[in-house]
Amino acid sequence: MTLKAQIMTPDDVRRALTRIAHEIVEKNKGTEGLALVGIHTRGIPMAQRIAEIIETFEGVEIPVGVLDITLYRDDLSEIGIQPKVRETRIPFDVAGRSVVLVDDVIYTGRTVRAALDALVDLGRPQRIYLAVMVDRGHRELPIRADFVGKNLPTSKSELVKVKISETDGEDGVELWERP
Amino acid sequence: MIAELTQQAAFPKHLLDFQGWNRKHIEDLFETAKLMQEVLSRPVKKVPALTGFTVATVFFENSTRTRLSFELAARRMSADVLSFSAATSSLAKGESYKDTLLTLDAMGIDAYVIRSDAAGMPHQAARWLGKPIINAGDGWRAHPTQALLDAFSLLERLGSLEGKKIAIVGDILHSRVARSGAELLPMLGAEVWLCGPATLLPGGLPNVTMTTHLRQALQDADAVMALRLQRERMDKGLLPSEPEYVAGYQITQERLGWAKPGALLLHPGPMNRDVELEGTLAEAAQSLIERQVANGQAVRMAVLYHLLVGRKGA
Repeated sequence: MTLKAQIMTPDDVRRALTRIAHEIVEKNKGTEGLALVGIHTRGIPMAQRIAEIIETFEGVEIPVGVLDITLYRDDLSEIGIQPKVRETRIPFDVAGRSVVLVDDVIYTGRTVRAALDALVDLGRPQRIYLAVMVDRGHRELPIRADFVGKNLPTSKSELVKVKISETDGEDGVELWERP
Repeated sequence: MIAELTQQAAFPKHLLDFQGWNRKHIEDLFETAKLMQEVLSRPVKKVPALTGFTVATVFFENSTRTRLSFELAARRMSADVLSFSAATSSLAKGESYKDTLLTLDAMGIDAYVIRSDAAGMPHQAARWLGKPIINAGDGWRAHPTQALLDAFSLLERLGSLEGKKIAIVGDILHSRVARSGAELLPMLGAEVWLCGPATLLPGGLPNVTMTTHLRQALQDADAVMALRLQRERMDKGLLPSEPEYVAGYQITQERLGWAKPGALLLHPGPMNRDVELEGTLAEAAQSLIERQVANGQAVRMAVLYHLLVGRKGA
């Protein structure tokens, strides 16, 4: 794979997370009933960081959960590999809450569909928002993000790598060309 | 985008016994079983992971808990379940085991859970069908998912089985649970002692210590598993009398005192209260008996996940 471009710097990522945090509070008209759920892997530190940012300017601690969508994938009966199941931990009742799903990239929309199924199995949220760092297009399902760090039109041969310091040692977004 | 796939190490195709399984497979399986426990704690105890798969439970021998546990595990994962009982089948009209299984296979089954009183039947099925086979107990030979749920229940309480002494007491000769435990527990680092009357101790089990002395088996044990006397499998003459067995080998509160303080107590069921176990012990704080049944579902969900996902058409 070849690196084609550095799309976002660490400062860009920090600014995008701060903007998303403000947009969430604005759209939710405050922090009442708000909760964040990060989708494995990078959605988790992103959700934690957004919660910390909201806490700094609103003075309210927002609960954060962790969601694994492996058991909800729509291709488990067909794929030739066996994905590892990971932890789902939602330390609050989702019923009646405004839950923000957080992921690094939205592409086909299938991860989000699986996450929506998983989330509603845990209870009935009052509403669900979606926050992503990068929207790279190529949707296969009628799903859109409510909060986007960067819209990045891509070709299918390209790969978007969102790097978050907690999992990758540094923040950033890179565009790679598949071989 | 389904962005990342953290792939598991390849698992063996079948779970017939623990041949071909290693400690890493078992640890990965238990990791998944822990996550399945979380699924079972939800208001909706069901995930779509096995949508599109059909699992047949083929029981040539009767069972309550194992069959129900497997069927519920498969349904919790959204598999379609086909339930076959020998007593109500064409086997009664003389159809062979092979033809019965081939008939089922023509209906598009993806995996089989097979119990049989004939040792080796699940192995034969693996040769005939080419689909993942899970042995739910064959003759006296093996009952691997029972051993897995026992080990899983022990690990929950003990953290690790490394260097832990586990005593299995009772009718070892006829026990597929003891044989599978004797295979699995040493793989996880446990020191396994098998104890019973000399006539109920088999030969040829490696990696375990066998004794007829209950006190020796229980001394400093971290866990004690009592086994049912399988009278239906016994020829006359293996035991002088039940009272004599009870006098020598029943696990009582007093005898449990020979083990480590708080030593865990297991029984794979069905249980003959006041025969292999002093009746009140089943409900004691150190008893894992109910936990074994509850964990059975999570462990079997994990087994189905690992044997089925990523295997269609393989």
